[in-house]
Amino acid sequence: MLRIDCPFCGLRDETEFVYGGDASRKRPDLQETSQDVWNDHVFLRDNPKGPHLEYWFHQHGCRSWLKVQRDVATHEITDVRFADKEKGQG
Amino acid sequence: MARYSAFEIFKQALSGHKNWASAWRDPVPKEKYDVIIIGGGGHGLATAYYLAKEHGIRNVAVLEKGWLGGGNTGRNTTIVRSNYMIEGNTGFYEHSMKLWENLSQELNYNVMFSQRGQYNTFHNPGQMDVARRRANTLRLNGIEAELITAKEMQARVPGLDYSANARFPILGAMYQRRAGTARHDAVAWGYARGADQLGVDIIQNCEVEEFIRDKDRIIGVRTNRGEMRAAKIGMAVAGHSSHVAAKAGLRLPIESHVLQAFVSEPLKPIFDTVISFGAAHFYISQSDKGGLVMGGDIDGYNSYAQKGGMPTMEHVFAAGVSFLPYLSRLKVLRQWGGIMDMSMDGSPIICKSPIDGFYINAGWCYGGFKATPASGWCFAHTIAKDEPHEFNEKFRLDRFSRGYPIDERGAGPTPNAH
Repeated sequence: MLRIDCPFCGLRDETEFVYGGDASRKRPDLQETSQDVWNDHVFLRDNPKGPHLEYWFHQHGCRSWLKVQRDVATHEITDVRFADKEKGQG
Repeated sequence: MARYSAFEIFKQALSGHKNWASAWRDPVPKEKYDVIIIGGGGHGLATAYYLAKEHGIRNVAVLEKGWLGGGNTGRNTTIVRSNYMIEGNTGFYEHSMKLWENLSQELNYNVMFSQRGQYNTFHNPGQMDVARRRANTLRLNGIEAELITAKEMQARVPGLDYSANARFPILGAMYQRRAGTARHDAVAWGYARGADQLGVDIIQNCEVEEFIRDKDRIIGVRTNRGEMRAAKIGMAVAGHSSHVAAKAGLRLPIESHVLQAFVSEPLKPIFDTVISFGAAHFYISQSDKGGLVMGGDIDGYNSYAQKGGMPTMEHVFAAGVSFLPYLSRLKVLRQWGGIMDMSMDGSPIICKSPIDGFYINAGWCYGGFKATPASGWCFAHTIAKDEPHEFNEKFRLDRFSRGYPIDERGAGPTPNAH
């Protein structure tokens, strides 16, 4: 069981959250027309064996999107913050 | 090396079974090979075996970080089937099934392949239509499959909850008669012994630390047991493909996720077949030792930890108990996790990489065990001939950028949904 320290709700079980995947990716500009750039964004992943920045959605809590830094080899969570600093304060 | 046979067992018994030769050598790594295969699981060992047997390339090394078959080959639920519907998958998995059917004889090693059949249940009219379409597609491709009613299934597989009050009433199933199970460790050991007999060096406790390059080409590997060079280097390390490919400077359309499997306390025989629950992700068979072997969904978040979490365990057994109510009274004896290469369309990758001298076998999601023979067979062909076989020509790395994903599930580029 992962436990995520939500900045709004406090320490909660993983079952309250929905996983949102790799948060290190940046969506290209919508004017971007290069196939390679979009291919990289949609399909390719760094998939590191170690610290991983990822999105979690606190569905059964404050309903904020969070950015979590978790080591995917040990499940150690070292940082949790709102994905959107402006709106995340609820 | 002696052939394994009843006579050989009798002969060895005369000296108390103390003189059996090792099934494979423990060679000192050479500096130069024709082909190096990274990964001593089923896929890597099968590749080496078919390189030597089908293509006469015998100066081959298989490098394994730990021990043979200690990764996903030893962690799966041993199910073999070929009921894939999408073009690109159909021919490949059926070829694999044909290789399975003769594997014990071919390798002179009993892989205990048991064609005990496999049922995929359906629970509503929509699912029944989908199953009918799948069965028809399979039959048009020359792969046997049949639809059976709940009544027929109840006669063959008693013990499931067939009542109308079940949480998901069983309407029937798609059945593949030739599907079944095999002894997973024996597959790795059989291929290892077969490859070793043909001259392949199997080098264990040998981890690739970095690749040796000559301009744009990869020409060798630096390992904890020294440097080795080869004109062609193949990677078959599913679970850790991104990790090894990153050393070569490649990013892959893959995420690593953990999948759990479970074995119950041993029971007297209750199932002589393999059953997949159609209303949620749950599958079950019974091993020869009597334990029920079960599995379900991946945990759903990136993981390289070979252990799973309790929420998924609860989820898997909630599905299991709604299907087989008596499961709630059984004890689970063992539980473990394996790391899956979850590709962006749920299908594998077997091809030359964009880097000269480097070949990729990856992205097996959680369907790699059944594919072991054909994976090795096709990867060997791709490495030996520098072009894919007809069976793996669609498993290209560039299919994503070209717009030709092979999305059997129809889930899109969301690896934790396949």
